[in-house]
Amino acid sequence: MYKIAVMGDKDSIYGFAALGLDTFPFTDPVAAGRKMRELAENNYAVIYITEALADKLTAEIDHYREQMLPAIILIPGVSGNTGKGIQSVKKSVEQAVGSDIIFNN
Amino acid sequence: MPTVNPTRMELTRLKVKLATATRGHKLLKDKRDELMRQFLDLVRVNKTLREKVEQELQDANKNFVLARSTMSSEAVEVAFMAPKQEVSVDVDTKNVMSVDIPQFTTHTRTSDANDIYSYGFAFTSSDLDDAVQSLAELQDDMLKLAEVEKSCQLMAAEIEKTRRRVNALEHVMIPEYQKNIKYITMKLDENERSTQIRLMKVKDMMLEDKHHYKEKLEEPVTE
Repeated sequence: MYKIAVMGDKDSIYGFAALGLDTFPFTDPVAAGRKMRELAENNYAVIYITEALADKLTAEIDHYREQMLPAIILIPGVSGNTGKGIQSVKKSVEQAVGSDIIFNN
Repeated sequence: MPTVNPTRMELTRLKVKLATATRGHKLLKDKRDELMRQFLDLVRVNKTLREKVEQELQDANKNFVLARSTMSSEAVEVAFMAPKQEVSVDVDTKNVMSVDIPQFTTHTRTSDANDIYSYGFAFTSSDLDDAVQSLAELQDDMLKLAEVEKSCQLMAAEIEKTRRRVNALEHVMIPEYQKNIKYITMKLDENERSTQIRLMKVKDMMLEDKHHYKEKLEEPVTE
């Protein structure tokens, strides 16, 4: 049985607790990175992470990119949409096709 | 020059290898094309889903900010201190062209999935209810997004790998085998010709020994 985690700054994620997701408020990237590794090894299938925090954890996130679990999904936080999330979809397209043919408008 | 033994055995071996490589190349190419087709479909879904989720999350976040502005942070903290609901995920895998992609299904602890308010309504603002409600509506889409996005990432990685293999076969292995096969065939043909010539020469010499044609030719005609 797997669980779902949400990481990011407190204001962006506290609401998810009501839905029954596990929230882990972090602002320090080092501690967050450590926690992410811990979650990945402990039956968390999906980790939602705010774009602002993900920005500082690119290496860790890329590490899990080609593993089946966990799925690390970027979500916009209260500070607004930075476009990082859509960027990661773009990256998949570029990796697969060689150039970006979906978003080039 | 290639470092292969120009022998018949090596030639047979190389021909088998070339056949395997060509077959493998064709199969991998088909795999790549099919993966690409499915990937492109999926990535379009991924894109629209993400745009939708991001938009709605932003709206939900607005509600949360509103709620925060009318409540003290302690009150908010207390409200979410003991969540009633708990979500767990089942992970199945689906095999798409040898890529295992995850399929998520959620289970909620309480039977009513809408049982989300972990607080009494007396001391919280109604904005908070709206915010939580909007998040709850979004939850299925977010999970779907997780599934689709992960599938895209996995397929992208597999496509890249397959493409490398196809290219390696097409531009390195197969030409190399063809070159070696050609080299051996030429060498064997060359050997055969030289054997032929040697035999003819030997035959000439033997006939010469027996019949002395040359002397007869050189002898002046006496009659």
